[in-house]
Amino acid sequence: MAFPNTRRSLVLAVQSEDAQERARALEAVAVAYWRPVFRHLRFRFGARDEEAEDLAQGFFAAALEKGWLARYEPARGRFRSYLLACLQAYVANERRAGRRLKRGGGAATVPIDGVDADGEPSELPLAAATDLEAEFQREWVLGLLALAVRKLRERCAGTSRELALVLFERYDLEDCEPSERPRYQDLAREFDVPVTQVTNHLHWARQRLREILLETLRETTASEEEFRSEARALFGSEPS
Amino acid sequence: MSGSGVRGVEPSDRALERLREVVQWPDLAGTRYELVGEVARGGMGVVYRARDRELERDVALKVIALEAADGSTAERLRREARTIARLEHPGIVPVHDVGTLPDGRVFYAMKLVSGRRLDELLRSGLPLRERLRLLLRIAEPVAFAHAHGVIHRDLKPENVMVGPFGEVLVMDWGVAKDRDQPAAPGGSTPAEVPGATAHGTIVGTPAYMSPEQARGDVEHVDARSDVYALGAILYFMLVGRAPGPASASPDAVTRTWVGPRTGSPRLQPPREIDPELPRPLEAIGLKALAAEPAARYPGVAELSADVARFLEGEPVLAYPEGLAERALRLATRYRTPILLVLAYVVMRVALLLVARV
Repeated sequence: MAFPNTRRSLVLAVQSEDAQERARALEAVAVAYWRPVFRHLRFRFGARDEEAEDLAQGFFAAALEKGWLARYEPARGRFRSYLLACLQAYVANERRAGRRLKRGGGAATVPIDGVDADGEPSELPLAAATDLEAEFQREWVLGLLALAVRKLRERCAGTSRELALVLFERYDLEDCEPSERPRYQDLAREFDVPVTQVTNHLHWARQRLREILLETLRETTASEEEFRSEARALFGSEPS
Repeated sequence: MSGSGVRGVEPSDRALERLREVVQWPDLAGTRYELVGEVARGGMGVVYRARDRELERDVALKVIALEAADGSTAERLRREARTIARLEHPGIVPVHDVGTLPDGRVFYAMKLVSGRRLDELLRSGLPLRERLRLLLRIAEPVAFAHAHGVIHRDLKPENVMVGPFGEVLVMDWGVAKDRDQPAAPGGSTPAEVPGATAHGTIVGTPAYMSPEQARGDVEHVDARSDVYALGAILYFMLVGRAPGPASASPDAVTRTWVGPRTGSPRLQPPREIDPELPRPLEAIGLKALAAEPAARYPGVAELSADVARFLEGEPVLAYPEGLAERALRLATRYRTPILLVLAYVVMRVALLLVARV
């Protein structure tokens, strides 16, 4: 799924008057937040893979249909915290309706405030439990990185930068022990290029990845303050 | 190797966790180093493990943290590197190289130290005499630095590494006062502790900081300030905690020594915490930790000499012992010959008695 060309905040676009724009934005938000939502349902609530997938889809569909995300107020906190609170309320609703995730079926119970008699998130709490937030944050960051890698692959495919991508995947994405990681000179030999080219290609790929991450952060945050705060958390420094 | 790095395949969690670190790493393009991972993070900079391609060895790279990167910080890091480079001593980690990254940040490369931090080692439990021998080894590079006009100003267990063979390395000279180097632009000192007041700039770690440092009295910081910090390390070695407050407030540090009304010392004597500790050792610690620099040992060598005397069973300068204590000390020191003489006397007397019978 392609992201909208504009770097406008998707979080704000889900509040658009235009139903089409709202749906497109929500779809993009769903892509960006799929991993944390899915993992949260899978591991925190003990749902099986297919159940978690169904629930995640159901959650985003309900969010669109009932306009939950449109009710988000940036002044009250991070969008991620709001989304997590919505998710918890949704799960509570599903449980109450007895549709999925039967109570006690190995699932962790999470107290949900602000859910009305119909199980609707009437007044959604913005602050969830700290460990839940931390776990959701970690999954969000890993999902963001995975998304950025996918976009980097798309941008490099069929261009002269394919070697940069290959080197990046070999050096930075290989799932191996530190002692097994190839050295620059190993890569230079393997791909028959000077070591300086390995350095330059890796530099280029990492720079692009950072740019993509910043673009995605910009799209998935609601305010400049939130964007800078997220970037600080991700890069350990303010974005330049 | 698994295939998560294969193109098109979704990266594994472990690969993504590594990528999370990678996006925070400095860019080493154009240098001879390849970044391997982060080692430690401080106020001014981050230390990374890196491979030196030219010499085919691993080194430690200290790079200014992005948020701290400005002209004066860069100069401070260069100063630190020059200071360490001047101090060629086995107890001081050698600097190999200084350079600038493509983003303009200054870094320096130094020997990658393996071993344990002193505070961790001490918490694992070491015999008292072994702890004191470590203190003597820490004092050696500090005395060497003093002889070359450099005051460390931030000695603490966290800044000492102990190698697998007991070798000691004094680390982090980032706030050192160097007689031969001009102060960094933008301040008279290389690093500041939050809590600086009109007294001046506060440099160091409050829990191990001398009163003159706590006051920001830069002019009066000299070798005796490091004597104080070594006394604080000795205190930690004896009772397992630092003598000073965790807060950087000068008042809080000053209150460690002087009570609000009586003016009496408030530093808790080590024997109040552990009555089993030898009095002379407590006296050495308290003399090094005296509030007034003039009341401390005049230099690190004198402190070391007193600790060495204690280890040898000799009288220490910091503690005037009574007659009974002297007799006990001598009895302890010469226990073996005394026991041999006693055994000899007992044996002779026994032989005499047997002969009479």
